[in-house]
Parts: sequence; structure tokens; C-alpha cells
Amino acid sequence: MTGGSGRTSGRPAGRLRGRAATWRDQGVAFGWLVLIWNLLWGQFTWGNLLGGVLVGAVVLVFFPLPPVTFGGRLRPRALLVLVARFVVELVVASVRVARIAVQPGFQPRSAIIAVPLRVRTDLNLALTAELVSLVPGTLILEVDREAGVLYLHVLDVRRPQDLADNRARVLEIERRIVRAVGSAAEVRRLDSEPDEREKKP
Amino acid sequence: MPATVADWLGAACLVSGALLALAAAIGVLRFPDVLDRMHAATKPQTLGVLLLLAGVALRLRTPADLGMVALVAVFQLATAPVAAQMIARSAYRAGRVDPTLLDVDELADR
Repeated sequence: MTGGSGRTSGRPAGRLRGRAATWRDQGVAFGWLVLIWNLLWGQFTWGNLLGGVLVGAVVLVFFPLPPVTFGGRLRPRALLVLVARFVVELVVASVRVARIAVQPGFQPRSAIIAVPLRVRTDLNLALTAELVSLVPGTLILEVDREAGVLYLHVLDVRRPQDLADNRARVLEIERRIVRAVGSAAEVRRLDSEPDEREKKP
Repeated sequence: MPATVADWLGAACLVSGALLALAAAIGVLRFPDVLDRMHAATKPQTLGVLLLLAGVALRLRTPADLGMVALVAVFQLATAPVAAQMIARSAYRAGRVDPTLLDVDELADR
């Protein structure tokens, strides 16, 4: 079902690209490590740069990252939408949970729901879980990596509609993430598959 | 003049962040079981910590401190969900979840 039909031609070229992608990922990780090292010291000096290069190399050699390859493309406008909507949701939901917390005598009801994601790459699963988890009111309980299913604990459920709303919200976050960082094939899959999986939970 | 505005904005951020942290503390005390408490403990926290950091950044305004504040924010955002998930998952697996508080439990049939 995850048909890689577009990449079957020229296997050596594909492997070459795979190796290049691995090197690129390592390079990106290395750059971040050097930057973080400098930020930790609080200033950019040649000594800190050298220290960062050494520490970054040691970290990458002795604690290699699992190969989460970034197969998509960064789309600045969609990324902006993702961040802006996330901030709005964060503020609204924080105020809501804070109000529930201080409302005297109110005991919230909760629910655990399963939300199957449509794009099952590790990166998408991790990003969606992170963002969903950062927004108050939803908590990730369990992740089924093979099936691409997130199990969420939802705070303050009052009617069945709330469950459907939360499912739709998670899928909407997934859609925004894929639009921002996903590959063209993933965007096409989301657009051509009009939410049929969420109807049969 | 810009310094005064930044000071006041920073003060507003600090106060609202502290209020969110207070609400989180009250929630931890009041909520009935582990999962509900995790909501209170990790969630208003996210925005609360970000507001506090923004407040601190607006008051300090030196590049070295701004870098450190940005690092704290990034690591806070990256690690809080992981910690919350580990605690929630072990609570669920250990059976520390009160089923009478749940309307639906779709994890139970798995």
C-alpha cells in the first residue's frame, strides 16, 4: 500500500541517494550540536566552535541516531500556518485546562480514543504526537508504530461530539504537518483520501 | 522608551506565566487520578514556561542570555511530551487508571 512506484527505476541511483541523504542528515545533526554547544556556553568564540565540533563528533560517533530520514520538503508558508495555528490552539487550550483546574467542585470526565494517522512515517508519527501532546487537554498514552495509531487521553469530555472533534483535530494537525514538511506524495495521499478512516474508529 | 515597553511586556508575561503555573499546581491537587493530573502537571506548564521565558528574555535583553533562554524553550517543548507519555503509559499499564472516570476506552480492546 505504501507503493514506492516512483523509485523503482535505477536501484544503484536510489542507494546512492540514500547514502547521500544519510550523510546530509548526519551533517544537519552535527550543525545543530555545534550550535547548541555554543549557545550553552553563551557566546560564539573559536574555542567554543572547536569544542562544539569535538563534542558533536563524539556524540554522533558514540550515540548514533536512528535513521529518521527526512524525505519531504520544507514549505515556509505551510510551516508558518502550522506554527501560528499551534500557538493559537496552545493559548486557547491552556486557558481551558487552567479553568477546569480551578473551577470549584468540578470533576471532569475523560476518555481514551484511538486515532489512526494517514501518513505512517516515523517522522510524521513523532511530530504529530509531539504537537498533539503539547496542546493541553490531550495526552498521548500509547503509540502503535506499525499501524500508525495514536492512543490519546482526552480531558473533559461532555458529549460524544467532543470525541469526534478531538479526532478531527488530531487529523487536522497531521494534515498541517504533512503540508509543512511532508513529501509531495504524502500531500497527494492526504488530499485524495478524504478522511475515510476516521469514520470507522 | 522601548526599554520601558519591554519591561512592562516582560512583567505581564511573567505574571501570566506564574498564574498558569499556579493553576497547574491547583489542578494537580484537585484532579482525581494520574492521567487527569498529568494534564494539569504538563499542559498549562507548556505555555506557562514559555511565557516565563519570554518575560525573562524581555527583561534581560543580552544576547548570551537570549541564546540560553531559547535553548531552555526548545528542550522544554521537546522533552515535556516524552516525559508525560512515559508516565501516562506506565500508569495505564500498571492499572493505575480509574475506569469509572472514563467515558470511552479504546485502548482496552487492543
